Amino acid sequence: MGETILEVRDLHTHFSTYRGLLRAVDGVGLTVERGETLALVGESGCGKSVTALSIMRLVRRPGRIVRGAALFDGEDLLRKSNAAMRRIRGGRIGMVFQDPLSTLNPTFSVETQIVESLKVHGAARGREARERSVELLEAMGIPAPQERLRAYPHELSGGMRQRVMIAIAVSCEPELLIADEPTTALDVTLQAQIMDLLAEIKEQRGLAIVLITHDLGIVSQFSDRAAVMYAGQIVEYGPVAELLEEPLHPYTQGLLRCVPRLGRPDVPITPIEGSVPDMTALPPGCRFAPRCPRVEDRCGGEMPSVYRAGPGRAVRCHLYEGVGEPECSRESG
Amino acid sequence: MTQPVTEEQILEPVAATTPGMLRLLLSNRVAVVAGLVVVGFLVMGLLAPALAPYHPNAHHPEAIRAAPFGPAEGGHRFLLGTDSLGRDLLSRIMYGARVSILLGVVVVLLTLVVGTGLGMLAGYFRGSFDAVMSRVVDTLLAFPFLIFALAIMAATGPNLVALVLALAFKGWVDFYRVARGDVLAAREADYVTAARGLGASTPHLLFREILPNIVPPLIVLATLRMATIIIAEASLSFLGIGVPPSIPAWGTMVADGRADVASAWWIATFPGLAILLLVLSVNLFGEGLRDILDPRMRK
Repeated sequence: MGETILEVRDLHTHFSTYRGLLRAVDGVGLTVERGETLALVGESGCGKSVTALSIMRLVRRPGRIVRGAALFDGEDLLRKSNAAMRRIRGGRIGMVFQDPLSTLNPTFSVETQIVESLKVHGAARGREARERSVELLEAMGIPAPQERLRAYPHELSGGMRQRVMIAIAVSCEPELLIADEPTTALDVTLQAQIMDLLAEIKEQRGLAIVLITHDLGIVSQFSDRAAVMYAGQIVEYGPVAELLEEPLHPYTQGLLRCVPRLGRPDVPITPIEGSVPDMTALPPGCRFAPRCPRVEDRCGGEMPSVYRAGPGRAVRCHLYEGVGEPECSRESG
Repeated sequence: MTQPVTEEQILEPVAATTPGMLRLLLSNRVAVVAGLVVVGFLVMGLLAPALAPYHPNAHHPEAIRAAPFGPAEGGHRFLLGTDSLGRDLLSRIMYGARVSILLGVVVVLLTLVVGTGLGMLAGYFRGSFDAVMSRVVDTLLAFPFLIFALAIMAATGPNLVALVLALAFKGWVDFYRVARGDVLAAREADYVTAARGLGASTPHLLFREILPNIVPPLIVLATLRMATIIIAEASLSFLGIGVPPSIPAWGTMVADGRADVASAWWIATFPGLAILLLVLSVNLFGEGLRDILDPRMRK
């Protein structure tokens, strides 16, 4: 194991809504090593994006980070001053968002936006910044970068825009990149290109990446470890190969059954019965219990602990009591 | 209905760039004509001392209520006639354009800056500032403008500074509401979150990221407000509580000619037409701008 760059501990982010308190992130813990890609997997609304925004301290009212810690290179981001946090955002941690059209400011040219991010962090200015922009676009595999610099976001294709976003995100040489569904808004042929680009950047720059996605195909190809989220909690994590080969949590198993297997037409695609619980009225026990095919009596009333299950693997499920040893207590939630 | 799309149209990006906008504006004939009329009034006002045949307050006792387009009287020619004091209407209308446009521009700029500034702060920071400001605005909206203006002008007497304040008193409210609403939407936009994710500070977010995106509706509103302000100034002057009598103003001129409408129709009619033409042109120009700046309004 390498050096840990990011360690999130017992993170709780709540939103106060008219319908009550929404525990979007409820006791999430994860670690990212330098140079690795951690995939954060889950359905929409499970809290994966809010986890990312919380790490960056970008959660806005009515959302609030209630407790927890996010240790970046040993320092807790949640306790930093706003000014210090601004230097880290875009400086040491880059972020790529889902929809590249809406994340680029429509009123400025590509050049202005790249130069701006360089200037904000004092990385370069003037002529040097312009040269850096060209280099960056070139590195992102954008043809004719000189001309593209003058373009406005709406004049670029979706894949091109996402390349620009990535260029901006890595412009100040961050150590960690948080990519929130970077390919969801793109069509399938572009997804692979963008993911390849991210993989290439990661190799070249030794970046660590937190890859947020709901696409298990992307997880299997482009990440080293994965954490599966359900209703604000991480229910299982482990090395990708093992996690996909032998999923432990019934939810992960269910997710994998939803994906068609290439070359295995005999394996039927089965959706997970039921729907995601109402986040403002969560069941007291395991959150997956109402949909779980292997539900037991106590699942409805007792929050399962997280159990270790093999090297680097853990699962939050009563089924593994006695098989693995509890990693943390039952509190949280 | 649907016309075949030419290759040129496909290759032409409908860009937010200035040349593209200018071309769109020029393709709107009405807006172009309206814009030219506004420019005409502007030039007329600016160059009034050079262009006007007479001093606006010069009396010509030999030509009281001279009819327009008439022959020269006593060596003088009055193209649009004279008023009851023998003052040349054309010269007075030219000078009157100055007050109308100057007040329009000053009041609109003042209200634009104040309203947009407060609206942006309220929309961005929300909280108690927004709550208080929005109640103040609601109160102002319920406040009858004319009565307020009457009160302030009656207290101070006709003078330009008081007039600007009276006109600006409620005018910023519209800018406040538009700016606040658009900032509310823009602050949640992904590009703002993305900019925050890049380490942008709050002033940077407000002025560099959000402001450029909310400018187009504000420009349109400013143009349309200009027309309203010109009308309001003319109304106050008509009531005798606007521009001081020594400064020629269209509203005052209409009021002067009111008594003679039956016998000397031109005295009230020409300044009235000037108001009509300028306000109409400003409005049409503003609507043309809106059509260009708001893609949803494009045909």
